[in-house]
Amino acid sequence: MTDKHWPAIGDYALIGDCRTAALVARNGAVEWLCLPDFDSPSLFAAILDRRKGGRLAIALRDAAYCERRYLDGTNVLETTISGPSGTIRLTDFLVIGGQLVQEPEPQRELLRIVDALDGEPEIEVTFEPAPDYGRRRPRIRSRGRLGWTLGDSGSLFLLRTDIPLEATTPASLCGRVRLAVGDRRCVSLSFAAGEPATIPLLDAEAQRKLDATTHWWRRWSDQCTYRGPFRNQVVRSALVLKSLQFCLSGAVVAAPTCSLPEAIGGGRNWDYRYCWLRDAAFMMESFIDTGFLSEAKDFFGWLMHATKLTHPKLKPLYDLYGRTWFGERTLDHLSGYRETGPVRIGNSAKNHLQLDIFGSLVAAATIYLDRGHALRPSEKSLLIKIGEAACAGWQQPDNGFWEYRHGRRHNTWSKVMCWSCLDNLIRLHDEGILSVPRERFDRERQRIRDALHEKALAPERGSWIGAFGEDFLDATLLLLPTAGFVEARDPRMMSTWERIERELGGPRGLIRRYSEGVDVQRGREGTFVICSFWAVAYLARAGRVDEARRRMENLLGYANELGLYAEELDAASGAMLGNFPQAFSHSGLIHAALAIADAERKRAA
Amino acid sequence: MTLLAILPPINVWVALIWGGIATGAMTVLMQCGPLFGLSRLSLPYLCGTALSPTRRNAMALGSIVYSIMGLLLAFLYAYAFETIGQAGWLLGSLLGLMHGLFVVTVFLPVLPYIHPRMASEHDGPSPKFRLEPPGPFGLHYGYSTPAVTIAAHTLYGAILGAAYAVHAA
Repeated sequence: MTDKHWPAIGDYALIGDCRTAALVARNGAVEWLCLPDFDSPSLFAAILDRRKGGRLAIALRDAAYCERRYLDGTNVLETTISGPSGTIRLTDFLVIGGQLVQEPEPQRELLRIVDALDGEPEIEVTFEPAPDYGRRRPRIRSRGRLGWTLGDSGSLFLLRTDIPLEATTPASLCGRVRLAVGDRRCVSLSFAAGEPATIPLLDAEAQRKLDATTHWWRRWSDQCTYRGPFRNQVVRSALVLKSLQFCLSGAVVAAPTCSLPEAIGGGRNWDYRYCWLRDAAFMMESFIDTGFLSEAKDFFGWLMHATKLTHPKLKPLYDLYGRTWFGERTLDHLSGYRETGPVRIGNSAKNHLQLDIFGSLVAAATIYLDRGHALRPSEKSLLIKIGEAACAGWQQPDNGFWEYRHGRRHNTWSKVMCWSCLDNLIRLHDEGILSVPRERFDRERQRIRDALHEKALAPERGSWIGAFGEDFLDATLLLLPTAGFVEARDPRMMSTWERIERELGGPRGLIRRYSEGVDVQRGREGTFVICSFWAVAYLARAGRVDEARRRMENLLGYANELGLYAEELDAASGAMLGNFPQAFSHSGLIHAALAIADAERKRAA
Repeated sequence: MTLLAILPPINVWVALIWGGIATGAMTVLMQCGPLFGLSRLSLPYLCGTALSPTRRNAMALGSIVYSIMGLLLAFLYAYAFETIGQAGWLLGSLLGLMHGLFVVTVFLPVLPYIHPRMASEHDGPSPKFRLEPPGPFGLHYGYSTPAVTIAAHTLYGAILGAAYAVHAA
């Protein structure tokens, strides 16, 4: 399979209903969809295997040109496809439930509306489901006027459309129709489990669902209180985060996909449909400082619930409901994106030791408290125990922020976050919010600081290093001022920045996450989107606001036309790599925009 | 002459208490269908959607109606035991089996014509009728639907039969 068969990762668009998400390619094919939830097995996974993955495609037969956008303030996707025979507009969305109060609704529904805008376009619909990541052989049945069904005893997928379809094989349907200007056709794919299905209607009801879903997203995005620079991009990023927040629990998945490679031909393919504690402070800041208080509250509730389930141990990641039962498996029957296997589901990073999560969790709580929220007694008690765990554990080597799979190190950022954990807890104690063993916490805080000054500074260079006793650089060092450990204008920090820019920097403001060879994976990975945004935030904090702005503008040029980012960018081509779209990258964008806004406010004052 | 006057006297408390227990056991077994991915038949949901269009209200209302129907049917079983003149888990199972067969062969196939929100395969869905019909033997809700339904109703009859026999003795 040659590269031309695979859309670029950045050519996909995200649609979501805060319970699951789909990726739509520019040619109108839905190539990734897990039902009913983000972490359920996929029904469509053509993004991971062109032949076995499955898809639902609506194509203009002679398509030559495509333009896409989200309806303003929504996650409703509009794709306009033109060709010699005419032009169609595809409107794709996952229906937000609870809008049709007087009628039963499907549990989940993907709705695709085709409008003929010009000429006499001929469209082709192809339905090739591949349930359970393509492991189950599908058998599609016609149910007459009710539609086409696919399923087993426990769950049902129901496809309804006003386009005539025929079974090309027992596992696929296909249909073609020529439209005239003003014609409209709908394709609805709904899901039911545990109860009889509700059959969605097309035509007028599809329009009502479109109106209701658009209204719901607009009402949500209108709550954004951010009025600083790059507002449009901040709102888009908040919309991405909202669609990745599982509304039934409050968890924010790192990305809706699994195993999109961080390097073509490499082995860094991971399942990101989980929630990482290391992201907690960034997510909290992203929601709370842009005015989305309800989402912040839900996320904090999930954090407290999940960590209570595994207390006294904390796991680096949890599933949507805070469980850690999952393992990690490879799906060897799938080729992987651009033949880059293995395709992994589940994530064994849950067994890693990551000391930075103590600090991340307490930082999230601190942000939550600083904006006027209160803690329950059980939550206070949990935070104190996390402080105890940081005191007891900070001297251990760990797998670090980037989850190195081959060995543990005394990672600088992990120690700094243990320091930050105790520092924040002591502050909360001094403010009368918590009652911690202050003397002990203070003593350990000082010990960590001393250890960092002794072992995490390269003496001959006067800059911070990635781990004790080693000389590699790690982009997390850019966050030392954010953690409150050093001032951004501290000479050692400035020297660290110069070294990072020189050694980890790529073209146009891109930054790699660490020095080459630090992990032992195959293939050269790209530059990290979030690290590039951290650089912007660092420069803004250091007072170099114009430089920060320039970098930010360059980075915004790397987003796809919808404003979405994957985890990484290829330094040479700018192509996106890794799972897509990534919540961490979008929280990084918001973090950078907030830092610039803050710096500009200070400069103006 | 009222209906009650021609019916044999029954032990009301046994019918009431054990009717509740048998309904609970039947419900648990029926719900194992959806929980273990064996069937999508949910009788409380079907009862509830006859009364309310929203899923939340339908499940709450349906569970109440379904429980009341289970209690009322226990009286019918009690009259059957008194009329036959004996009771026991085997006789109860037999009645339950017939009851279950009635549900899958008559009640479910007829449902599209009596349920106020259920579509039929013949007419297709409409704004008013949009619930998926069960099909013959409820097979549209999963291949194990008849087996789970009959097993649950047989268990219901067995519990009532055994309880009535113990209290009669």
